[in-house]
Amino acid sequence: MRHLGVLARIQLSDEEVERLTGQLAVIVDNIAKVSEVASADVPATSHPIPLENVYRPDAVGEMLTVEQVLQNAPDSADGRFRVTAILGEEQ
Amino acid sequence: MAKTALMDYDEAIARFEPVLGFEVHVELNTATKMFSSAGNPAHADNHDAAPNTLVAPVDMGLPGSLPVVNETAVRYSISLGLALGCQIAPSSRFARKNYFYPDLGKNYQISQYDEPIAFEGQVEIELADGTRVEVPIERAHMEEDAGKLTHVGGATGRIQGAEYSLVDYNRAGVPLVEIVTKPIYGTEHRAPEVAKAYVAAIRDIVLSLGISEARMERGNLRCDANVSLRPRVAEGEPLPPLGTRTETKNVNSMRSVERAVRYEIQRQAAILAGGGSITQETRHWHEDTGTTSPGRPKSDADDYRYFPEPDLLPVAPSEELIAQLRAALPEAPAVRRRRLKAEWGYTDLEFQDVANGGLLAEVEATVAAGASPAAARKWWTGEISRIANTRGVEATSLVSPADVAALQLLVDAGTLTDKLARQVLEGVIAGEGSPQEVVDARGLAVVSDDGALIAAIDDALAAQPDVLEKIRDGKVQAAGAVIGAVMKAMRGQADAARVRELVLERAAQ
Amino acid sequence: MSADLTRLTAADLAARLSSGEVLSVEATQAHLDRIAAVDADVHAFLHVNAGALDAAADVDRRRAAGEQLGELAGVPLAIKDVLVTTDMPSTSGSRILEGYLSPYDATVVSRSRAAGLIPLGKTNMDEFAMGSSTEHSAFGPTHNPWDLDRIPGGSGGGSAAAVAAFEAPLALGSDTGGSIRQPAHVTGTVGMKPTYGGVSRFGAIALASSLDQVGPVSRTVLDSALLHDVIGGHDPHDSTSLSDTWPSFAAAAREGATGAALRGLRVGVISELPDSGFQAGVSASFRAALALLEAHGAEIVDISAPHFEYGVAAYYLILPAEASSNLAKFDSVRFGLRVDVPGGTVEDVMAVTRDAGFGEEVKRRIILGTYALSAGYYDAYYGSAQKVRTLIQRDFDAAFEKVDVIATPSAPTTAFRLGEKIDDPLQMYLNDVTTIPANLAGVPGISIPSGLAEEDGMPVGIQFLAPAREDARLYRVGAGLEALLVDQWGGPLLDKAPALGTEGRAL
Ligand SMILES: [Mg+2]
Ligand SMILES: [Zn+2]
Repeated sequence: MRHLGVLARIQLSDEEVERLTGQLAVIVDNIAKVSEVASADVPATSHPIPLENVYRPDAVGEMLTVEQVLQNAPDSADGRFRVTAILGEEQ
Repeated sequence: MAKTALMDYDEAIARFEPVLGFEVHVELNTATKMFSSAGNPAHADNHDAAPNTLVAPVDMGLPGSLPVVNETAVRYSISLGLALGCQIAPSSRFARKNYFYPDLGKNYQISQYDEPIAFEGQVEIELADGTRVEVPIERAHMEEDAGKLTHVGGATGRIQGAEYSLVDYNRAGVPLVEIVTKPIYGTEHRAPEVAKAYVAAIRDIVLSLGISEARMERGNLRCDANVSLRPRVAEGEPLPPLGTRTETKNVNSMRSVERAVRYEIQRQAAILAGGGSITQETRHWHEDTGTTSPGRPKSDADDYRYFPEPDLLPVAPSEELIAQLRAALPEAPAVRRRRLKAEWGYTDLEFQDVANGGLLAEVEATVAAGASPAAARKWWTGEISRIANTRGVEATSLVSPADVAALQLLVDAGTLTDKLARQVLEGVIAGEGSPQEVVDARGLAVVSDDGALIAAIDDALAAQPDVLEKIRDGKVQAAGAVIGAVMKAMRGQADAARVRELVLERAAQ
Repeated sequence: MSADLTRLTAADLAARLSSGEVLSVEATQAHLDRIAAVDADVHAFLHVNAGALDAAADVDRRRAAGEQLGELAGVPLAIKDVLVTTDMPSTSGSRILEGYLSPYDATVVSRSRAAGLIPLGKTNMDEFAMGSSTEHSAFGPTHNPWDLDRIPGGSGGGSAAAVAAFEAPLALGSDTGGSIRQPAHVTGTVGMKPTYGGVSRFGAIALASSLDQVGPVSRTVLDSALLHDVIGGHDPHDSTSLSDTWPSFAAAAREGATGAALRGLRVGVISELPDSGFQAGVSASFRAALALLEAHGAEIVDISAPHFEYGVAAYYLILPAEASSNLAKFDSVRFGLRVDVPGGTVEDVMAVTRDAGFGEEVKRRIILGTYALSAGYYDAYYGSAQKVRTLIQRDFDAAFEKVDVIATPSAPTTAFRLGEKIDDPLQMYLNDVTTIPANLAGVPGISIPSGLAEEDGMPVGIQFLAPAREDARLYRVGAGLEALLVDQWGGPLLDKAPALGTEGRAL
């Protein structure tokens, strides 16, 4: 569960870890149910309406202004987004 | 930090068999990005774009935004797949590669996973001595580039110890083709050379297709080199399994690829010989020190939770499209080499010099721009390569073929002497502009104004009054002293032959 | 003003606007007044548009200048907060997006604006559309106008309640597993989930990309059809958008209201959904509606859909998987909440921000989805669920060989009380059993009011499903039944709803 929290980037409290661990069973139950009929000969449907080769012509279109890009930025500097140090202190 | 132990290279190869593998990312030079209609910074129109000025909603993962595939990027990818000798999948899919990183607007990269657009190919490369090696290609897939991080604070501008980082999403969404080789066996002591030649071959292919600017120093072409060693065994004994491999990233010149592979072989050999084991990890190449250092070890964080991208549909190129793109392919690299060698009239040695320097495309473009093959070769393998070597950079990163041709045309026209042309080249490399602009700005052209030359000759004759007599007496070589003085006075910007003519005319009067 | 403009259908209001009898500023003001009067109790809106009257005045000006305007020009519209808007915050009901202003409009919003509709505000919803009660909104629940102690359904409870409470004649919703249709069912309104790809998803904050679909919410079938005509059609910004040419849905609804569509109509009833699975008043209302259809020439046919029962399990594998990925973008870097962590790395900041910014249900589904996609489980989990989609599509295909539409109760129960089931996620999930198959298969579905449940007096809806791309058929059939029911009731069902706000209090 802690590992899932790391993968999902959610700092889970002990209480959350405990509660969510119990709920993983829901997924296990769902898979058991689905497995009853999801046999090898059944193809998967990824999109409800099958389409293919949906493309856009390679022509420059609308872009955001820098002001629009940064309009919701929690922090920015020099026309860019600013984030806290990515790595901790060098080991 | 303790100095990393390295084994002597020849000894390392004697005791271990190197196995190589490469992942090369090619940035396509389409007008727009892979999944948005924002301008592509890898396209010539956009090289000077300010941060975050080439951004559409999906490039920065804005809520509600959706990707739409760039048709030209798909065509380029198919062409590249075909040029790599690959099969093109009748249907391939995009997938999401999920991981968090600030340069990744959506916190997943749209890539291809189990259904790449191209698979099972081979690239023939040629080594310095003419040996041909087949590099097997496992796959080539389409994906998007990430944004650019700048690390601020701390000592080095590196990520370690930085106070904060700045994110620019211009590069986010640039179309990439990632070319993955199968394990490459049997390169033996030539492993570093194979590495360099492979990257040079990929570069040649994408340049001849015209699908990327392929400037390694700009990151248009990026190579991750996988190296592992396996101990040699006596004949008849079973082969040991493949050794643990490392993946060296950030190897951004052909020269570095060669050095990095050599370094990893020596480093791993020293560890294995000392009874140690190799950690499976990514390592970073440091151009300045010529060494690699560990990045993060492979871990659970590499659980990318791939799944088919639900916002996009399968790419299913028709057989007609594939046939059309196949018919439009430029000639195969080997065929091209033979043709160019014949066209340029180079000797074997001259041609190898150009080819192994990874300079075929540059020479070709320089010739196309009007320089003679001999002059083009001389510039690229001579002065430009010399400067590149001293600076530890790629020759191709210094100057464009168009500028080299323009420079040579100035020489051919008599505007520049060879010596002046070398000074102009330095100016061009220093970013002072085109050759003509450098000539104008630095006032470097040959003085072709006879009046100025005659004035200088008068001065020289005044200092050496006996010279004219000697010439008239038939000692023509005496003119040399005057010519030398004039050239010196003109700071080399005179055509020595013309000065000689003028001096002889004067003596004849 | 003779009539209360908020009680008019969108079609009637549009006719009066078009004739010049009513100005859009008057209609808009009437709705703003209504919001001011009742929304403290209902809480359908998260944000009311300060620019609404300006937009209305602009439409009035253009109309006065003789400009040719769309049929709905000047009619107010409530917009579910899942849709991004440039002039109003878009939060998707989440603390993590509080105050977020989009630099672009969702396609359905820009099309609505272009058609002259007046955005009234943004409606409440379960956070990131995860829920069936709107109790999972970070900004407090919406209350059912029929009974303020009950849920308005979800995730689009705000849009349904706004329409039911006469705060707006029309609203936009989104439906991933029933989020338009189930709120319609519990509020006595109409909700339509179009064919997947029929309406653009561009600008709809994604929950589960392969299931999400934007659609209209209204009080009448015709009104939904009119709005569908405005928002539907191909959008090059959405790769999954269909390039079909669609018929006029309004024309289909008008034709359907004559009752002609019901004669000879084959209506399928799924034998695997026995009445015993539904609240008594829900089944009774459903059976009565079927009898009415039959009385007017329809044929009721038993059909089998053996794989529908696997739909909920498949849905709750696919949805969390896609959602866990779609919601990764909320990381404190480019927009939204940031919780600083002194001395922490950006990874710490992301993790703490996401813990603080997401509600419990969202975190729960992200973790479940992460689990369903993580190492080695993809094929077994997500992949197997995708196979169930194929099987459900085959069930639909087989059924539609025999019938023109399928009918089900829209949901198993009427609106439950706020807080009654919030701690029982599984029970909440079962609410979606009738609506989910349409999302898995991509077919269109509509819910229209069928009556009130005898035991609690709360509204009940009947759902019709049609083959993919046959959205017009649903408007035809829905309008046909609606006309018969309204006739039977002697007026719209919502006339039976209790008074709200000041109108309910003694003056
Ligand atoms: Mg890779
Ligand atoms: Zn890659």
